[in-house]
Amino acid sequence: MLGIILLVVLGIIIIWVIAKYNSLITLRNQVKNGWKQIDVQLKRRHDLIPNLIEAVRGYMQFEQDTLRMVVEARNAAVAARGPAEAAAKEGELTQALSRLFALFENYPNLKASENVKQLQEELTSTENKVSFARQFYNDIATKFNIAQQVFPGNIIAGMFRFTPAELFEVTVAAEREVPKVDLSLKK
Amino acid sequence: MDITKFPNIYEQQKRNRRQTIIIMAAFVLFFGFLGYGFDLFFFGVDPFGLVYEDAPGFPIGTAFALIAGAIFASWGLQSGAVAVLNSSRAYPVPENDPKYRTLINIVDEMTIASGLPRPKLYIVPDPDPNAFATGKDPQHSYIAVTEGLVEKLNREELQGVIAHEMSHVKNYDIRTMTVVAALVGAIFLLSDAARRMMFYGGGRAGRRSSSRGGGGGAIVAILFVVWLIAMILAPIISQLLAMAVSRQREYLADASGAELTRNPLGLASALEKIESSAEPTRAIKRGSAHLCIVDPLGRKANFKEGAIADVFATHPPISKRIMILRAMAYSFQS
Repeated sequence: MLGIILLVVLGIIIIWVIAKYNSLITLRNQVKNGWKQIDVQLKRRHDLIPNLIEAVRGYMQFEQDTLRMVVEARNAAVAARGPAEAAAKEGELTQALSRLFALFENYPNLKASENVKQLQEELTSTENKVSFARQFYNDIATKFNIAQQVFPGNIIAGMFRFTPAELFEVTVAAEREVPKVDLSLKK
Repeated sequence: MDITKFPNIYEQQKRNRRQTIIIMAAFVLFFGFLGYGFDLFFFGVDPFGLVYEDAPGFPIGTAFALIAGAIFASWGLQSGAVAVLNSSRAYPVPENDPKYRTLINIVDEMTIASGLPRPKLYIVPDPDPNAFATGKDPQHSYIAVTEGLVEKLNREELQGVIAHEMSHVKNYDIRTMTVVAALVGAIFLLSDAARRMMFYGGGRAGRRSSSRGGGGGAIVAILFVVWLIAMILAPIISQLLAMAVSRQREYLADASGAELTRNPLGLASALEKIESSAEPTRAIKRGSAHLCIVDPLGRKANFKEGAIADVFATHPPISKRIMILRAMAYSFQS
């Protein structure tokens, strides 16, 4: 009788371990997928920028510096290796692009161009997709990490050597910095 | 925003799965009840001895009604979404029309943010801004927006609305609400058909009860009245049910939508714009009103709070929803 009870208890424990293990594996795959999704969107962003530059070059004769900076930032982002460097370079690219978009205000012809409008929409959307992909990645990675840390999940995680996923953080100093407001009225 | 808010969504998913089953079961039983009435009063058959002492025979009305009810209910679950889309004359979004480029992009963005499969996007030909989501589950989901919504809302506001609809998909609200929409429609059809049938086939019940006479007659009469009232009131009751299941969902979808965009003010200003164009959304029929982001019928009840609004409104008051979203934006910043 005792033997049967022990066997049943053992069976339940094994089933529980399997279920827990599988849920951790599922989460890990979701984390990997989330990371891939960020990459897909970044690639798309890199592909769009040359088109945009081509489209606006004609209108913005006097902004060659800004255009060149965008292209350089884009090339640096493409060449970046590893998540930390990629995050930094992407941040710089975002800033270069927002400077460019701000300049659009000075060129009514440019703003009226249907082609530029579409490219700008595509880029805006891609920027959003990048940040939503990061957001989703961080959410799912946090969930994965919590599942590994809480009891009794931590036993399973330790047994099968699960490692916590790295969160995607804002690593660019400029993105984290509080904007300085200059109130002195100098010219 | 932290991850601890997510369990709310999972609880809501569970509740929706359960509620869908209860609603479908209640619907089938209600069908059976109406069918048994036909057996009793029109075919004079009562194998369970509820009213007549010896009226054996196969309760064909009950059997037929139960089967029909089950077919209706599973049809509602499987094809309710398509029926809802058809009833509002929605058409699939023209992928290459530059007018809809931003909207399509936003749906892609929210798909990424939510980690769900991409819902199919439909356009409802109506100048009034409104939107709804429908479907069986996130794998078979549809988001429909009116032409007016695309025209009148800016990018941020559209994003807020799509995120709200995406939350309905994620919560499985769409399943419950679509089944309710389909079954409310079915009850309308049924009560209509039943009234016709009584018109043509009303003779037999009279014969049967007069041939028996005596004490049974009073019970039969009372039951007949109860049955009649149930059948007449069915459409109203089912609509009240539709309203009751939809209201508190809107707050949750607003909140989890804001969690997707991290921008509650986008949805707040969208709701403001939608409210200010008080025209009813004519393309969306009464039966699917509870699916929409704001009441398409423009009913007064939806602007107030209180006992009457609690019974008749499908949606919580917009001003209160906007207030909550504003408060959320404030807490995001601090």
